Amino acid sequence: MRPEPITVTYLNKYIKDRVAEDEYLKSVFVKGEISNFKHHYTGHMYFTLKDENSLIKCIMFKSSTATLNFIPKDGMKVLVLGSVAVFERDGVYQIYVKAMQEDGIGDLYKEYEELKNKLEKEGYFNENHKKKIPFMPETIGVLTSQTGSVIRDIINVSTRRNPNVHIRLFPIPVQGKKAELEIADSIRIMNENHLADVLILARGGGSIEDLWPFNEEVTARAIYNSKIPIISAVGHETDFTIADFVADLRAPTPSAAAELAVPDIEEINIKLDTYKNRYKNALKKKIEYMKLRYEKCIASKIFTDPASKIKELYIELDNQIKLLENNMINKIKDLKTSAVKTISRLDTLSPLKTLTRGYSIAEKNKKSIKSVKELKKNDIIDLKFIDGKIETKVI
Amino acid sequence: MEEKINFEDTMKQLEEVVQKLENGELNLDESIKEFEKGMKLSKSASKYLEDAEKKITILVKNSEGNLEEEEF
Repeated sequence: MRPEPITVTYLNKYIKDRVAEDEYLKSVFVKGEISNFKHHYTGHMYFTLKDENSLIKCIMFKSSTATLNFIPKDGMKVLVLGSVAVFERDGVYQIYVKAMQEDGIGDLYKEYEELKNKLEKEGYFNENHKKKIPFMPETIGVLTSQTGSVIRDIINVSTRRNPNVHIRLFPIPVQGKKAELEIADSIRIMNENHLADVLILARGGGSIEDLWPFNEEVTARAIYNSKIPIISAVGHETDFTIADFVADLRAPTPSAAAELAVPDIEEINIKLDTYKNRYKNALKKKIEYMKLRYEKCIASKIFTDPASKIKELYIELDNQIKLLENNMINKIKDLKTSAVKTISRLDTLSPLKTLTRGYSIAEKNKKSIKSVKELKKNDIIDLKFIDGKIETKVI
Repeated sequence: MEEKINFEDTMKQLEEVVQKLENGELNLDESIKEFEKGMKLSKSASKYLEDAEKKITILVKNSEGNLEEEEF
């Protein structure tokens, strides 16, 4: 009896399930060399990982590629982390890569971290050791490769900002073995001969190995010991080399370094003009203000009508005299009134008034007699009438 | 050859002159003095900028190992 045949689909499904059950294949860490690398427009990466004897297909989905810190290329030695699974449709098994890094750079990273920690402890990155970048350096010393876009970018940006800038290029190898010695040497020579007011240490982007001379201790020490302020611009904006940490200022790109080193002359000229206008206007204003004050003084009556004060005094004097006169007149009036009053009172009291009404006054020895008791028989008394007096005898 | 100026200091001093004058607290004599100082400072700053000379040079080692400067 022949066994019942199964379908291809069934077989592949069966293999897929077997593979999926395997704990070991769920997480594999594999080293190998990239070949057949394709970055699909969907963002997924397809490649083959191989060694001398064997190869395996790999796929890295877009969601995982975001964590990559390098651009994979054919021939690159890498370490990948992922799971092995079967792609049923094609009957192939492959690694679904979750993370990937360049092989061999693990050691470099370790070295980098160690040196960074060591120098940090020694105070190489201290802010208070960092020198101020001069505001208007006369000579910009550029330490970089004689060829390539870096020096071109620096010259372009610098001359655009200041057409009269002096750039002094000291060519150095920016990668390769012992490049760090020449870098350190160039810094020393620039310092010893006072060849620049500020230094730009620059290099374009590259792999961590390419940038390595800038992660060497000898480079770090030369930067630290430089009396001339150093702006570093090594690699891409995302690369931080030891040189960047030690430098007095880190620029994200060589062009940015030039911008930091060379002030924009146009801007400075505008500033200068503004200052000129401002101090001119300030003095003009001051003088106008003084003139106004002067004119106000001159416009005063003291100057326009010098006699006015005397006139005022005359008027004042006249007023005073009038006041005095009025006072006097009133006083006299008052006295008169009170005199009339007194006289009229006197008048009513006068005995003469009584006599006119037909009364007479009896006097004895020139004194008026008020009582009968004052009189005796035969006393001679005077009787006064309105029109004369008679002598009378008491009987 | 005129004495070299520190450009940053010059700009700073110029700024001070402007501020002092704009404050208006100076008397006229002082104002004129500051104004003259401002003129002197801005003149030397402009001169400094005009006198700078564009040069792009490269340092090369000659056969004796000494540094020489050449046009780049």
